[in-house]
Amino acid sequence: MPNHQNNGNMRIGYYVCHCGHNIANQVDVEALAAYISKLPGVAVSRSYKYMCSDPGQELIQQDIKDHGLNRIVVASCSPLLHEQTFRKAVEKGGLNPYFFQMVNIRENVSWVHEDRKEATQKAMDLSRAAVHRVFFHKELEKKYVKINPDALVVGGGIAGIHAALTLANSGKKVYLVEKEPTIGGHMAQFDKTFPTLDCAACILTPKMSAVKSHPNITLWTYSEVTNVSGYVGNYIVQVKRKPRYIDEKLCVGCLACIDECVYKEGKYADEFNMGLSKRKPIYMSFPQATPKVVVIDPETCIQFKSGKCKQTCIESCDRGAIDLSQKETNEEVNVGTIILSTGYRTFDAHRVPFYGYGKYPNVYTSLEVERLINASGPTGGELILRDGSHPKTVGIIHCVGSRDRNTNRWCSRTCCMYSLKLAHLLKEHSGAEVYNFYIDIRAAGKAYEEFYDKVLEENVHFIRGRVAEVIDWAANPAEEGKLIIRAEDTMIGTVRRIPVDMVVLAVGMEPREDAQAVRKMFNISCSTEGFFLERHPKLAPVDTFTDGVFIAGACQGPKDIPDSVAQAGAAAAQAMMLVDTGEVELEPNTAFITEEHCSGCKSCIPLCPFHAILFNDTSKKAYINEALCKGCGTCVAACPSGSIQQNMFDDAEILAEINGLLAIDNSEFYEKEAIHVG
Amino acid sequence: MSDNKKETKNWEPTIVAFFCNWCTYTAADLAGVSRLRHAANVRIIRVMCSGRVDPQFILNAYAKGADGVLIGGCHFGDCHYMEGNYKTARRFHLLKRMLQDMGIEEERCRLEWISASEGERVRTVINDMVEKVKALGPLRLPERFNEWDKEMEFIGEHNIGEEVHIHA
Repeated sequence: MPNHQNNGNMRIGYYVCHCGHNIANQVDVEALAAYISKLPGVAVSRSYKYMCSDPGQELIQQDIKDHGLNRIVVASCSPLLHEQTFRKAVEKGGLNPYFFQMVNIRENVSWVHEDRKEATQKAMDLSRAAVHRVFFHKELEKKYVKINPDALVVGGGIAGIHAALTLANSGKKVYLVEKEPTIGGHMAQFDKTFPTLDCAACILTPKMSAVKSHPNITLWTYSEVTNVSGYVGNYIVQVKRKPRYIDEKLCVGCLACIDECVYKEGKYADEFNMGLSKRKPIYMSFPQATPKVVVIDPETCIQFKSGKCKQTCIESCDRGAIDLSQKETNEEVNVGTIILSTGYRTFDAHRVPFYGYGKYPNVYTSLEVERLINASGPTGGELILRDGSHPKTVGIIHCVGSRDRNTNRWCSRTCCMYSLKLAHLLKEHSGAEVYNFYIDIRAAGKAYEEFYDKVLEENVHFIRGRVAEVIDWAANPAEEGKLIIRAEDTMIGTVRRIPVDMVVLAVGMEPREDAQAVRKMFNISCSTEGFFLERHPKLAPVDTFTDGVFIAGACQGPKDIPDSVAQAGAAAAQAMMLVDTGEVELEPNTAFITEEHCSGCKSCIPLCPFHAILFNDTSKKAYINEALCKGCGTCVAACPSGSIQQNMFDDAEILAEINGLLAIDNSEFYEKEAIHVG
Repeated sequence: MSDNKKETKNWEPTIVAFFCNWCTYTAADLAGVSRLRHAANVRIIRVMCSGRVDPQFILNAYAKGADGVLIGGCHFGDCHYMEGNYKTARRFHLLKRMLQDMGIEEERCRLEWISASEGERVRTVINDMVEKVKALGPLRLPERFNEWDKEMEFIGEHNIGEEVHIHA
């Protein structure tokens, strides 16, 4: 029951925000303010164009002084956006910041309801509920926790590398965990980068070396995070370090062991070269791999498979770095902040069988072509196809696994530009005629459109239209032995057949296969597509809903190198902001037990996943360790005697809110007060 | 809320919703940002976790005139507090049986797992629930309480039931 006994003292200030036209167009803000002004306890009720603006906040502060307000209700946007803004304003006005309640009449009302009358009615109900609720708000103290200055970066692609270096250069200790035997990520596989055409390795490898040699960075490659617990400022992270059967401290990367392996030639698909070359069971991903340490793959090594190998590799190592008895180890680290930069995977071209990937040997994915034209790639940079030939015509198919209802609906943002780059490079390497099959050319970025112009001037052909299929059925002698790309040319309104020697599929970017598992481990969300969800798409692009966990790079959505680096820098800055503040403010929404009401039934104790509820054997009562309580309120709802309460979400507060939503019949009120809605 | 005036053709159900801060409330915000228009009958109360939803909140909502109650939480395995939603689910099943015994139809109480990215699902769930509750008509618990109170008074005043007292 709403308790109005302290009516006399209650002086509520109610403010409804127009949000320009965002709210005012759908909600009759004047009628709303007039309606709320009649509710018991309300001393001031106003509407204002932008409550979050400085004048809006000052209005509240002035009213607190002039009218002796002791509770503030603001009806505007979502509390997830501006609750902190208004709490600060209220505090600046001299009130406890928790004597405040926010009503969401934008996301929950004006943006989702068409009927102005219905929207206004709903805004009234929600506002009335808040007015009822603030009667029960209590003066609370802010809670602070100390921040551990160390940081964890997960994923050692360009985003993770940049974030780790930024933090380390500012004096923070960083743990960089990478799943693969080397850092570098996808960027290490690229040949050149658009639009400047500087070689990816040339700009990446110095940063990789800097990571390895940085005194503030602990680099753990071939390792995975297995568990995360704790909270902002105080995370405890378990890292599994897979055995690479090489002592990292002893190996100098001379590669003698690889030469001496009983396999004289590579036998197994080389992951780094997208399977275009073969590696031995003992290998290094690429010459600049960091750390410069080889790795033994137990799946393919004869010693591990049969135990009957001459172990020539061990003999060849004069430093005795090879240790086949190495076991998986686990490390535990304490960090205050976490940056996730786990990257993406490319679209699996097998999912669009009509483009012939896996069926025709001369159909390649773009990532394979990056390796194929790379000087350190499987062919030393010479454009030799799987069948040994040199292509004279190449067709590049854009948007494979992007902008397609059947596969992925999103635009992968990078494919247009890398396709233009590949067109240029393929022409440069082989002099081949290059055809681009595109839907739209999306060259939005600094110097991107100019790069497109340049490629156009190089006489690369552009055919606008979706490709229907890639086939090898020649319709005339000229098509004999070629791959035929059948595509609509929407510029001339016809279907064309273009015979080519090589097809490049510009595959899109997707969330990694383990994105869901990673998301769960770090307690963050994913967007509909499966990329990690940012706290706000515009204003908090690297934050997540879990404090102290930040995201950077393509794990958040498709993006190119400049954007990934920018985001990594932003994530590092956000982490530093927390660390340099030294402590973080926590919501004081913890639960507590009123001892005299507790019957000692212990039903709450197993409910708490954080082990925050303890039992006092002397008094036979339960009590809550406030430092461990995260404020979910599950125990509060379960206590049979109602002796557990939760700050900010007290039974009285929520019941008042429910009653406020329902208790008063507004139609009568309109008639009596002659208020017109709509 | 649902007095006789509202039982005309224009009657609109009132649904009280409890959305958890991390998933479903965020999804409702996303529905807003994406301008996914839906029925205006649901009034959202934000709680930190669906585990905070005390069955007495639900009963209180009906008693004060709600025609339906919707609870939204994170999918299993996604709870910001690890397992609050499991507790909600267990509690919900017990409550449902109780509501059934009380004559409150199943469609009036709904538990949905809606993640932060499922703005579209907020719309479909709300529209679907509003439609189903509309088909059931008003619950009118406050009025029914009044009627029952009057009956009790009447019984009291007229000493009805005296003669059926069982004497040992």
